[in-house]
Amino acid sequence: MSVTPDEALSVSPADAHEISAEAAKLSRRHFVGKVWQVIFASSTLVGIVALTTLLLNIVNSAFGYVAVENTVQPEHLAINGVPIERMPKEDLVAVLESHVSAGLMRRFENEIPWEERTREDVYNLVLERVVDPKPVAQWSLYESLFTVDAIRQEMVERYPEADLIFKSWVTPSFITSPQSSNAFNAGVRTAILGSLWTISIAIIFSFPIGVGAAIYLQEYAKDNLINRIITLNINNLAGVPSIIYGILGLALFVRLLGQVTSGAIFGYTDPMTANGRTILSAGLTLGLLILPLIIINAQEAIKAVPNSLRQASYGIGATRWQTIWHHVLPSALPGILTGTILAISRAIGETAPLVVVGASTFITFDPDGPFSKFTTLPVQIYQWTARPQDVFRNLAAGGIIVLLLMLLSMNAIAVLLRNRYSRRI
Amino acid sequence: MNLKKRRRVGESIIHGFLILSSVISIFITVGIIFELGTESMLFFTRKQWERTNKEVVQNVELASTSFFVSESGATLRAGDLIRLRDEEMRVVEIQGGLLVVERGAEGTEPIFHSEGTAIEKATQVTLLEFFGKTEWNPQIGRFGIWALVNSTLMTSLIALVVALPIGLCVAIFLSEYASQRFRSILKPILEVLAGVPTVVYGYFALTFMTPLLQAILGKNVVGIYNTASAGIVIGILIIPLVSSMSEDALSAVPNALREAAYGLGATKFETALQVVVPAAFSGIAAAFIVATSRAIGETMIVAIAAGAGPNFTFNPFEAAETMTGHIVRISGGDLSYNSLDYNSIFAIGLLLFFMTLILNIISQKIVKKFREVYQ
Amino acid sequence: MASLNPESSNGRYAIEAKDLNLYYGDFRAVKDTNMKFERNKITAIIGPSGCGKSTVLRAFNRMNELIPIYHATGEVIFNGTNIYNDDVDPVEVRRHIGMVFQKPNPFPKSIYENVAWGVRKVTNYKGKLDDIVEQSLRQAALWDEVKDILDQSGLALSGGQQQRLCIARTLAVKPNVVLMDEPASALDPIATLRIEELIQELKKDYTIIIVTHNMQQAARASDYTAFFNMDEDRAGFLVEYDRTTKMFTNPEKRLTEDYISGRFG
Repeated sequence: MSVTPDEALSVSPADAHEISAEAAKLSRRHFVGKVWQVIFASSTLVGIVALTTLLLNIVNSAFGYVAVENTVQPEHLAINGVPIERMPKEDLVAVLESHVSAGLMRRFENEIPWEERTREDVYNLVLERVVDPKPVAQWSLYESLFTVDAIRQEMVERYPEADLIFKSWVTPSFITSPQSSNAFNAGVRTAILGSLWTISIAIIFSFPIGVGAAIYLQEYAKDNLINRIITLNINNLAGVPSIIYGILGLALFVRLLGQVTSGAIFGYTDPMTANGRTILSAGLTLGLLILPLIIINAQEAIKAVPNSLRQASYGIGATRWQTIWHHVLPSALPGILTGTILAISRAIGETAPLVVVGASTFITFDPDGPFSKFTTLPVQIYQWTARPQDVFRNLAAGGIIVLLLMLLSMNAIAVLLRNRYSRRI
Repeated sequence: MNLKKRRRVGESIIHGFLILSSVISIFITVGIIFELGTESMLFFTRKQWERTNKEVVQNVELASTSFFVSESGATLRAGDLIRLRDEEMRVVEIQGGLLVVERGAEGTEPIFHSEGTAIEKATQVTLLEFFGKTEWNPQIGRFGIWALVNSTLMTSLIALVVALPIGLCVAIFLSEYASQRFRSILKPILEVLAGVPTVVYGYFALTFMTPLLQAILGKNVVGIYNTASAGIVIGILIIPLVSSMSEDALSAVPNALREAAYGLGATKFETALQVVVPAAFSGIAAAFIVATSRAIGETMIVAIAAGAGPNFTFNPFEAAETMTGHIVRISGGDLSYNSLDYNSIFAIGLLLFFMTLILNIISQKIVKKFREVYQ
Repeated sequence: MASLNPESSNGRYAIEAKDLNLYYGDFRAVKDTNMKFERNKITAIIGPSGCGKSTVLRAFNRMNELIPIYHATGEVIFNGTNIYNDDVDPVEVRRHIGMVFQKPNPFPKSIYENVAWGVRKVTNYKGKLDDIVEQSLRQAALWDEVKDILDQSGLALSGGQQQRLCIARTLAVKPNVVLMDEPASALDPIATLRIEELIQELKKDYTIIIVTHNMQQAARASDYTAFFNMDEDRAGFLVEYDRTTKMFTNPEKRLTEDYISGRFG
């Protein structure tokens, strides 16, 4: 029924006033609502912007122009007009001999005798030790893309001797080279191997124990005081700052069990590692750190297995362990594995506890076992970041890209595993 | 047919292993508390030798138990432990410049001291100093924890100012406004943000956030290392934590409550803010507390970006080392086990452990209460 | 086929409950129950929901013990032994008193493995597995439908087929008694009918106790019927227990008549 103007007018003035006031109030309420909706929505944008900025910032440092100055210009090394690129091996050895100390020459000889070295090898030694290119200035990717003229200008004014090259700090040789004090030759090989070693030890230690504890708490434990304390305790351990685990690792594995973690009681007597600051200590510390996470995730996975499955197994006279091993665990496995990989991703990125446990600041050799000194990728990134020279920031950015790629592939593996196992049934 | 119990050895062994596995978590906790506790005890009982600027003004023979000392320098009291070269002595009485001592205290050998030998006095870090002073400088024996706690609280506070409102807004948006599709895009992004290693955030704070602050406020205001940039980045790090826990709480609020509000003519915003958020309040509070605990324990960001060196300041643009940052820096060097520095990281660690533990326990209690209400 | 029941000469009753009281914590779910179950007969347990009929059934193979707060007093005599004696192993009890559940719950394994697993793990069967799988599936009237797809997942079958697979799985370990907890309640009428026919077949070789909320099913399929109700404390108790024909035509108790004629429950 439509309202005629007359009927509308018949509303008393007081009522009309009230109605219009209410309408005004309603539109104001809607307006406030809209404003807040925009605020809520833009807050979520903060997350996206933060992630994007984080990644762009890293990419910005990982690529860009570098001004390189050679300690000795290669032209100056030419013998009888033959440049080093085309020199035979013997001449290269001679060049090397005339530019480095006799002691260093002897060391090279001791490592691999000159007769057995290839020409390629000697040539690289000449480049590394004699030509010795060093970065004197570097620019971010943004600057390299948009202010090329200014860079060239600066090159002419400040670094007339230097060459300008566009460098990617993440290269295959970055991944395969060991640590070095020269930013140009430094790589993350030692750190990646260290990360893989420590993580493997952490998994070997905490996966069986973590899953075992989860099985006990879900399938065996009665609801009594002790088991309630254990559960509460695990939840609290998951919230302890990681650096506390580092301190525990330092006191327990490095100091108290130093004889074991340095390998001394197994007759392993490398004086370099006898202080217990080894891969084993680091791995066990990470193991303690991820144990509560593995337990909690595995508990959730086991809890999700339907009870009817257990009843079916008990109903035909299976024992508790037969039921768990043949029915509960296979069903819970995808969940357990996913949770474990999440815990491992956490461990891969951990830095603070490993610094406390005693990661080495500078090692150039590959770790050769659990009693070796160690560094890991995030520790390496930290040490590069903490150095005052800007060029190491670029290396750190390169290291971060490698680390993020490692994490990404871990998570991809987790997804694949989950899909594969859930399809199998 | 035999229904008798059979001995199943394999099952018993497995059962034992499983019990042991779950008890290990208790061992870890006991280990943490025991190690932190005993080493902290050493921190508070270890002797340090402090120069008194006093010296003996006569030769001290092997057998003599009293000698005159110079008037200048720090005051000595009866009961103090003093040291002359390698011999330690317990002060029994002081009569003006005459010191009556017990020779060869603490198992040291009495030896002859010639005139002019300097006197050192043993001091210990007292709880009063630890919790009462604001200067932390191990080189000169100053151990006032507030220098470190203050900067930890500053970075955490800045982080919370960033993370709590944004995290809560994200949670409200996800739970009350966002479509299923948008949620399925945004949640993985937040998860990625939460999964980035903290060392990367530290790099971000140092190479992006600090230059940004410097560009806005000026290089003379903002230092290269400062608590503001570390705090802001910790805030970004814990946004996903706040938003996911708060969203869980908001989603747990029964729809009937929302319908009741709509039924009264409330707008979507009024329903969200005045009905749903209060109903989920304790869950949100738990999220805030966990976030606080996480911010306090965060290490790498502050180790990289907040500065290396204790500094009691309320200026967020100055460098100031936090508790966690200090532990990392001290233990990163070649640390001797037999030093006050080594003991000090355990005392700091113990304090840190209890701070986070208490916050975690409170939040768990709140969450449990909250669950009882709605589930 | 009598060889399937080596103990069949041993008395007329397969299971006997004496003064059975069942508790969940402080709550008494079932009180003072005394009843005997005749061999090679089908006994139906009926009653309103919540009266403890499933709890009684699960007391006969100690299945209730998977609930931590459960405990029982009284005796359940099976094969001359009180299965609640301290030295009795519940695992052994369940191996001889099999159970079929309300909702079909095949293992997430192949059809073959569903039947073979129990034989391999809980019995000392020395013959060929293939034979016993076929024999059990035939007994459960499922063989013709699945003989070509034995390696497919048990979960791929229809609900009725899944339930028959679960019956085959139970029969494969050669129990003496089969407990069925509303085995057809989750199934459509045609599948229900097939299960009922199957139960009739099985009573030649097994003693069957079946809980059902469906009175027509009890009337159609059982030899004996026990009626449970709950008292004012919500504790279930046995009201009447007799031949099914008598229970449904001329019950002794007024309560039974009211329930059967649909006046409550």
